[in-house]
Amino acid sequence: MGLRAIRQERAVEMVPAGLTLAGVPFLADPSGALFHEGEGALLVADLHLEKGSSFARRGMLLPPYDTGETLLALATVVARYAPRLVIALGDSFHDPHAAARLSDADRGRIADLQRGRAWLWLTGNHDPLPHGGLDGDVAAEAAIGLLTLRHEPQPDCGTGEIAGHLHPVAKVLGTGGVARRRCFLADAKRCVMPAFGAYAGGLNIHHAAFTPLFGARPRLAHALGRDRIYAIPMSRCVADA
Amino acid sequence: MLDIASPPALPAPITAWFATRGWAPRAHQMALLEQAEAGRSTLLVAPTGAGKTLAGFLPSLVDLQRRPRGKAALHTLYISPLKALSVDVARNVEGPVTEMGLPIRVETRTGDTPAAKRQRQRRDPPDILLTTPEQLALLLATPDSLAFFKDLRRIVLDELHALVTNKRGDLLALDLARLRRLAPGVQTVGLSATVRDPVELCAYLGGRDDPAPVMVTAPEGAKAEITMLDTRERLPWAGHSARHALGEIYEALRRCKLALIFTNTRFQAEQLFWDLWKHNADNLPIALHHGSLDASQRRRVEAAMAAGTLKAVVCTATLDLGIDWGDVDLVINVGAPKGASRIIQRIGRANHRLDEPSRALLVPSNRFEVIECRAAIDAAAHGVQDTPVPRTGALDVLAQHVLGMACAAPFEADALFSEITDAAPYAHIDRDNFDRVIDFVAHGGYALRAYDRFAKIRQDADGRWRVSNGRVAQQYRMNVGTIVAATMLKVRLARSRTGASGKPVMGRGGRVLGEIEDGFLESLVPGDTFIFGGEVLALQAIVEDEAIVQRARSDTPKIPAWGGSKFPLSTYLASRVRSMLSEPHAWPELPDQVQDWLDIQAARSLLPAADTMLVETYPRAGRHYLVAYPFEGRLAHQTLGMLLTRRLERAGMKPLGFVGNDYALAVWMRADIGARSRNGLVDLDALFGEDMLGDDLEAWLDESSLMKRTFRSCAIIAGLIEKRHPGREKTGRQMTVSTDLVYDVLRRHEPDHILLQAAREDAATGLLDLKRLGDLLGRIKGRIVHKALDRVSPLSVPIMLEIGREPVYGEAQDEILAEAAELLVEEACGPEGNPARTRG
Repeated sequence: MGLRAIRQERAVEMVPAGLTLAGVPFLADPSGALFHEGEGALLVADLHLEKGSSFARRGMLLPPYDTGETLLALATVVARYAPRLVIALGDSFHDPHAAARLSDADRGRIADLQRGRAWLWLTGNHDPLPHGGLDGDVAAEAAIGLLTLRHEPQPDCGTGEIAGHLHPVAKVLGTGGVARRRCFLADAKRCVMPAFGAYAGGLNIHHAAFTPLFGARPRLAHALGRDRIYAIPMSRCVADA
Repeated sequence: MLDIASPPALPAPITAWFATRGWAPRAHQMALLEQAEAGRSTLLVAPTGAGKTLAGFLPSLVDLQRRPRGKAALHTLYISPLKALSVDVARNVEGPVTEMGLPIRVETRTGDTPAAKRQRQRRDPPDILLTTPEQLALLLATPDSLAFFKDLRRIVLDELHALVTNKRGDLLALDLARLRRLAPGVQTVGLSATVRDPVELCAYLGGRDDPAPVMVTAPEGAKAEITMLDTRERLPWAGHSARHALGEIYEALRRCKLALIFTNTRFQAEQLFWDLWKHNADNLPIALHHGSLDASQRRRVEAAMAAGTLKAVVCTATLDLGIDWGDVDLVINVGAPKGASRIIQRIGRANHRLDEPSRALLVPSNRFEVIECRAAIDAAAHGVQDTPVPRTGALDVLAQHVLGMACAAPFEADALFSEITDAAPYAHIDRDNFDRVIDFVAHGGYALRAYDRFAKIRQDADGRWRVSNGRVAQQYRMNVGTIVAATMLKVRLARSRTGASGKPVMGRGGRVLGEIEDGFLESLVPGDTFIFGGEVLALQAIVEDEAIVQRARSDTPKIPAWGGSKFPLSTYLASRVRSMLSEPHAWPELPDQVQDWLDIQAARSLLPAADTMLVETYPRAGRHYLVAYPFEGRLAHQTLGMLLTRRLERAGMKPLGFVGNDYALAVWMRADIGARSRNGLVDLDALFGEDMLGDDLEAWLDESSLMKRTFRSCAIIAGLIEKRHPGREKTGRQMTVSTDLVYDVLRRHEPDHILLQAAREDAATGLLDLKRLGDLLGRIKGRIVHKALDRVSPLSVPIMLEIGREPVYGEAQDEILAEAAELLVEEACGPEGNPARTRG
């Protein structure tokens, strides 16, 4: 019942936005994925699968629907771009035992997603080792053009970098309300991707953790709207208060 | 006073004690003893200073002194809403007990009690234990609770009127039901200030086997002398600083012995304290007391009050309750009273002798508050009470209790259901909801039974529910309670040292000054200054759960605000304010400035009759405004604002925003609502129709951030997620989960989940005040008076000044508001040469 409702909600037509990093053109999708047309590669970060059951193990019985939601969202964006390769930029699973806790249904969903395409799991701090029993290649880093893809962004991004880990969100004050949205935080050379997972929290882009990455350089928050991406200058975004 | 001389029921040591003091027991104290001796539970309704505490304990002392010496057993349990009150009352009971020479042990048990002493107390309980609802819940959740409580004879609930109005009252009611089972025949005694309907409190005290507690009412003391400050200064249009009246407040302080200056928020307390000290040419000893200051600091202030070395204490609701320190002869209430009973209880802090009137000075901080103060003074003169109505027990609290009971001992669902329905707030809960609560506690209550292997409680072969493992009980203990506060960080003074290079090095380990919400600290960068505890501090760094600060100098320090301490305007005072506005013959009691303001309003627009609601529309600076005056409190107005905005959107009016305060609501939009209403294109009656509580509400609720906040608090109380214990979780972001995300997922997959149901029920009375909004829409049906104006109306100036306030820490912007005010006032009252300009 719940799943049908989600499908309807996501039936809105999604309009991606162009995002060029180190001269490489990408499409930034409102779901939080990046697509490289030339390579046919779809990038997602911080799926945090089985975060719900990870908390349940410790006595906090969060609704057990997060993995299903995350995979469904991923299936929707995969259906839209039909990528030849999917790259998950680390923290795909919330803890080292998470893959083993997948329900059969969710395991089946992952297998369906992987069918007919290459799949690369980059390792993250939550999932430093390969996931037992799941298909796909495992690596610490990958590259597209001059860009290095890795989980944790490095202060020196070299010729270019796409990373996850920080879960950026932008907060914007408007008339009569506040919008707080996940976003791609990017300048000309680097991009920190939004977290894709249903239960993945967010970190305000004004947080000190972003400072060593961008210094004083101008950057844009490409905030995820309902059906499009909104590019917002940092000066319009506020810190959490 | 109806004093009974040498009553026969009192044993010799107690009679002698009264005699040496030259006192005689009061009639209500003896009445309570009589009821206790007859084995009846009792509610004592008495004003402050009537000797309530002694009345509550006297029967225990009488019973204990004739009890044969033997094995230690807990005889009387005393519960108060405040830790500090327990400590204070312990002092007040230990004194007489020692003087009477009675072999009675009195002890406190609070969050501050050392672990060793707690353990000893469980093994070797005192005769009288003074504690809080949370500590009681913890004691009841232990396997030896039966042994600990089985000899309990009496439960004294102090400040019962304050205990029962929130979720703590729900938790306490459930605990009382358990105590009645562990100690059959236990008597309950409620001590309460005067309330609207004492019968409701009697019902709370009683149970199935104790169906009709008796009520004893002490005579009212002398009527309080309440005056409103008739300021010589210009009355502000908006804001809550009362800075205009500083000189006059200071004058009042010079003339009194000891004054308590109450403010409505900690922010206001900090600001007023700061302002008073800038004004303090005579160096009067003025202190500050609020709930975020470090306990040791508060104790120092309290001791100084008792010793008579202070002139004034600026404080918040933390001093509202019956703590009796020192000889207060004046209560000053700065800002809106918010409720008639509330203000009367505050005023009772002055002069604890019943035969002398308490003196109080109300200082309104803006024009609407003047009217509210006047209404409160009238209400006090007529003895009107407007305390809240009894609650229906919350499901999240029940979930916490169910887990606690499983920690105590395995339970059968039928027996526990019978027990919890013996608690007044849960008397009418249906069995289905109770069973769903058990399912929730066990495995989350999800249709997809994914967590059976992680279940917190499981049924054994006999069908009894027991905790799965020891960690569950530990988790329960860490998360007990119903107060969900924002994450607080400790404010610690850096101990500065000089490093090897000769440059000062930041050191930790200095004194803790108190705590502050981390949201405020995140808005600061190191070097920024702020006021805390009346001092200017500069932030140095945030290290784990502590903000390291240094004393500093600054002319423009920020003032932190704390959430959650805003009280809504009571329904009674609201209706009184409405009727005052509509009755010009009552205005002579108001200051000239306010009369002038109302006069211009009557000339420019109109003053609505008490049973109608005025709606004004006018253009201003390229936008069109709709201002309504429901007087139903900020929460109901904000909800109304959200719903109206949705409707205006659908009607093509292009709304841009709205703002609500306790009195009014303003919505601004692109379309000319005045013209459209004139041409019959918009029907205001339909716009404010009761049907907005249908689909509009449902649709909005799902997305509402207030709903998400309500859900968060339910999720924490129910034990879905853990309270954050700052410092314990060093990885922060990754280890916590956003309840907003959980809320979104849950409402998509299980919109009828018990926790969503709990959140919706909370919203109806809590942050969204839907009940009051529903009453409002019913009240104004067919009674909306529309005035289409060509400019800002005088009555709308205060609400217009709230536009653009930053929502969370907006109180800090009072100064900006004051400046902006002048422009608007000119526009509203300007060109026609009106009296306010010449007088103001």
